[in-house]
Amino acid sequence: MTAALEVTSLNRSFGALHVTRDVNLSLARGARRALIGPNGAGKTTLINLITGVIRPSAGTVSLNGEDITNASQAYRARRGLARTFQINQLFRGLSVLENICMAIGERDGHNNNLWRSAGAKREVIDEALDHLESLQIVDDALKLVRNLPYGRQRLVEIAIALAQKPRVLLLDEPAAGVPSSESHLILDVVDKLDPDIAVLIIEHDMDVVFRFAKEITVLVQGAVFTQGTPDEIMRNKDVRAVYLGQEGHDAAQRGGQHG
Amino acid sequence: MAEARARAADYLVRRHYFRLSEALPWLLMIAAFFLFPNRMTFGSQVLIMVLFALSLDLILGYAGIVTLGHAAFFGVGAYTVALASMLLDWSEPISGIIAGGLLAGLVGAAVGWFILRYRGLTLLMLTIAFAAMLQESGNLRSDITGGYDGLPGLMFDPVLGTFQYDLYGHTNYWYVFGVLAVIFYFVRRIIYSPFGQALTGIRENVRRMHAIGSPVHRRLVAVYAISAAIAGVAGGLFTQTNAYVTLTVFDFDNSAKVLVMLILGGTGRLYGPFLGAAVYMVLEDYFSKLSPTFWQLGIGLLLVLTVLFARRGLLGLAEDARGLFKRGDSAPSAPRRMVWKPEHWNSLGMSALDGAVIGFIAGFAINMKQVEFMTTFVTSAPARALIFTLGGAAVAAGINAVYLLVTSRTSVEEQTS
Repeated sequence: MTAALEVTSLNRSFGALHVTRDVNLSLARGARRALIGPNGAGKTTLINLITGVIRPSAGTVSLNGEDITNASQAYRARRGLARTFQINQLFRGLSVLENICMAIGERDGHNNNLWRSAGAKREVIDEALDHLESLQIVDDALKLVRNLPYGRQRLVEIAIALAQKPRVLLLDEPAAGVPSSESHLILDVVDKLDPDIAVLIIEHDMDVVFRFAKEITVLVQGAVFTQGTPDEIMRNKDVRAVYLGQEGHDAAQRGGQHG
Repeated sequence: MAEARARAADYLVRRHYFRLSEALPWLLMIAAFFLFPNRMTFGSQVLIMVLFALSLDLILGYAGIVTLGHAAFFGVGAYTVALASMLLDWSEPISGIIAGGLLAGLVGAAVGWFILRYRGLTLLMLTIAFAAMLQESGNLRSDITGGYDGLPGLMFDPVLGTFQYDLYGHTNYWYVFGVLAVIFYFVRRIIYSPFGQALTGIRENVRRMHAIGSPVHRRLVAVYAISAAIAGVAGGLFTQTNAYVTLTVFDFDNSAKVLVMLILGGTGRLYGPFLGAAVYMVLEDYFSKLSPTFWQLGIGLLLVLTVLFARRGLLGLAEDARGLFKRGDSAPSAPRRMVWKPEHWNSLGMSALDGAVIGFIAGFAINMKQVEFMTTFVTSAPARALIFTLGGAAVAAGINAVYLLVTSRTSVEEQTS
């Protein structure tokens, strides 16, 4: 079976800085993979390469067997690749409902119509409301996004991506910036994602990673350091070393000995 | 839950319904005809500028494209109509403006395809450059275009074959009024359509639009072409109502003027162009009679006041004012109360400084002009400068204080976010 997302020997440099080195990554249908690594490992760059925000210097990206290395961002999105951003990218001056309708309208091509009124397609509105209902934010439907608390905005960020009906979903730190009292709202949503969607999640919180992921890829200095099941990664001393730094590793060791 | 759903859906379904208040600008335009029957030549110029500003609102207010070269398309329309009449003897007015609009739209699509890859300052410079290039090309071929002396004495057929041109501009007024109404209907449909919604999306967050699969460049080129076509129609009407045209239609002044009108009225609000163009044109007319040399000072002050106190234009100000008298009949109905924040002191200080600068300049101008009542009132020039500087600061801070008192009565709901 062809992989939902297949990244083959992907490279990208900015001048002399080699930010992505020979990355291979494969997501089967319904995959639950976490991408971890220290700050500056190139995690977000990898997402940008996959979604087409930037182009690779070498290597290929394919989506459901189709080579999309040189396709536009919009084309990839229409072929079922959705993402969320590390920092919210929302239509802040529009209502929550309009944010979701925007994604549905682009997905189904309604947004090419410049004569009919935007509210005339009742099924679009109903579907958008269904999405909001499943994330339990229907009550905020008519509020402007900029007037919502940050945690709620984070949910809208995910709701837009889900409204695209993606086959591959890239979540870039979905709970980043959300107070811990509210982060469970987002993690619940991530837990309940459609099992058919292949999901790649970047996350720093190891509790989330181990709870959610069935496979983990560790990225260090732009290259895949290792990949494996959560158990394998947890037991891997090298991962701990790079993740916490040598000092942190030593400290952890000492802590382990004394504890 | 079900109730929240129904309310939300209802809002989207009804959003584009005509509201009663929308009749007001149209009634005023009709009333103007009966109130000032002798000023209808001026009246039709105002309506032409409304149309021009409306075309700009479509790209600036909705799609977020900032341009200082929109006069290029106004000029293409104006010259299409003029040259068609002069060279081809094509003097039927309505087909004339349609041709002008189509040609301007084509030019808009072609230019837009190139320049809309850029945003911000780069795009701004490119729009200026394009208008200047057109103007210069016209100047090179002044044998055809008439150059800066223009093409005088153009003749056009009666509107619809029946309504003759008259000395008072009555026919012209209704002609322009009719064209404006038809085009406004189209623009309104576009704005409330899914396409219009997508334009707002591009303005609000272009990165997200790319990520959800929107063909951003194609959308921008499409709206740019539509806007250019409308500007072209406005230009065509300008030629027909004045019966002559010169290369000054391509002037940077013309591009800047329409931008000022739009900002004055309020962008992205559909009726901003009506209010902005009307206020601007009336004030320009009034100030230029008051002082033929210094009339732009008045417009400048007005713009400074708009930027200081009415960022969202006069319509935005009107919305704020209406919000004060509104009691819990719509969604944002949380209790309102005044909250004084530390940054308000900063705001007061800044406006006082601005006022001082404006006051100083005004005082300087009055010293130069030796305005009589001021020079007899305070005899020494330095004292006048001081009074004006302090007075300006006090007035600006005062207005700002009132403004802050009014606008910082935000709802409790908004404060928590």
